[in-house]
Amino acid sequence: MTSERIYAKLLPILETYLPEDVDADEIDMEKDLTAELNINSAHLVDVVLDVEDEFDIELSNDDMESLRTVNDAITIIQNKLAASA
Amino acid sequence: MKRNRVVITGIGIVSPNGVGIPLFLEALKNGESGIRFFPELAELNFSCQVGGKPVLSEGYLEKFLNALEQRKLKSDGIIYGILAALEAMEDADIPLRSNDEPPDWNMGVVFGTGSSGAEKFREAIYQVDDGNVRRLGSTTVPQIMVSGISAYISGKIGAGNWVTTNSSACATGAESILMGYEHIASGKATKMLCGSSGDVGPYIWGGFDAMRVTNWKYNASPEQASRPMSASANGFIPSGGAGALVLETLESAQQRNATIYAEVLGGAVNNGGQRQGGSMTAPNSEAVQRCIKAALQNAEIEPSEIDTINGHLTATAMDATEISNWCEALNRKGSDFPYINSLKGMIGHGLAASGSMETIATILQLQHDFIFPNINCEDVHPDILRQVSEEKIPKQRIDTSVKTAIKASFGFGDVNACVIFRKN
Repeated sequence: MTSERIYAKLLPILETYLPEDVDADEIDMEKDLTAELNINSAHLVDVVLDVEDEFDIELSNDDMESLRTVNDAITIIQNKLAASA
Repeated sequence: MKRNRVVITGIGIVSPNGVGIPLFLEALKNGESGIRFFPELAELNFSCQVGGKPVLSEGYLEKFLNALEQRKLKSDGIIYGILAALEAMEDADIPLRSNDEPPDWNMGVVFGTGSSGAEKFREAIYQVDDGNVRRLGSTTVPQIMVSGISAYISGKIGAGNWVTTNSSACATGAESILMGYEHIASGKATKMLCGSSGDVGPYIWGGFDAMRVTNWKYNASPEQASRPMSASANGFIPSGGAGALVLETLESAQQRNATIYAEVLGGAVNNGGQRQGGSMTAPNSEAVQRCIKAALQNAEIEPSEIDTINGHLTATAMDATEISNWCEALNRKGSDFPYINSLKGMIGHGLAASGSMETIATILQLQHDFIFPNINCEDVHPDILRQVSEEKIPKQRIDTSVKTAIKASFGFGDVNACVIFRKN
């Protein structure tokens, strides 16, 4: 799956967890999920569960630890998809 | 020590016979039942297949909670509690603190419940047993922790004072008001959001069904099933919902020109110690009488000043005993007895939520000058009629000025709570 296609599927998931004062337009590849997009850190685990459901993959604790930015998420998803292909 | 006077300036309710104060007030005045038949209970082999569950109209939830807040929120009691609390805040005209403001350090929350998030807990148990603990997500803990309800509410309103959840079975709601009252009266907070809520449905009601304390004889006529004070009372009807009240100092209410519904004059809580006939499930009558007397003493009023009683009166064989306890404690009987009513005839027994929903009914009587009707007690129990004149148990609404009202709730564990309100 191309990173553009992954990004397109990831976007609505991230939008769900944006606080009211952050606009969806502010999401881009480099943004830090908690520090810049203000996603509540407790909600990160919910983002991960939604990602697992959407892409039919399973993230490990190590994956979650390395997850900081939108780009990280795409890389993790790409690796998982490649491993399961 | 100088004690602050405490008044009620906001109310909110999510009741089986009306969600939101306007609908509830109309139902209360007209004696409308909120008890329904639930096919699910029949399928699950419940003896009592009727109950009371609030019906949220389309868009009501969305008015108070955004999509993210609603996501995976599966706990009825928490949803009802948040809705009642936010209605009470809006009613009191107290703006919610925005996310970039500091909290209100002088406002607290005491919001009680009996258990929390039964549905959510059930879902979590299945996940854990299947080895899928990692799939629980972030909303399991806040929904099944008993203080979840006060935590959700304080997050919405930005309360920075005492935020806690009390739990004392069916006395929870009345107790929460007294806890908030004491905290304000002693000068530790200016405003307290008080109330209680409870889940509904088979996992909450099942234990009562097993104890055969619910009425299983009216499955075909749910609206007649809850029959407090009647000769045909045969057990209570389980229900749930939430009631919320904003309490604040008289001074604060006057300063901000708030509508004052009533003053909390005082109250008392005690326990029968499961002695002298008291047990896990039955009250010690001496304790009940002591609690009522202590409430009068705390409020510094005479029994003769009570215009109306909102009883616990669940529709069991204990109703007549409760009446005799009121007669003894107030030293009033026959035609000298105050008016008495039980909201449970309309909405069943809301368990932990009952005390707060019933208090809202009491406050509305003070505000709008009426005594709400006791429904389903055309046949008042003879043991009650031996103590109290029948006209004191109105079956139709009475439009009359009501100044001083007393509310009591009793619960499993032999707990008692009694609060006194006055319209000034």
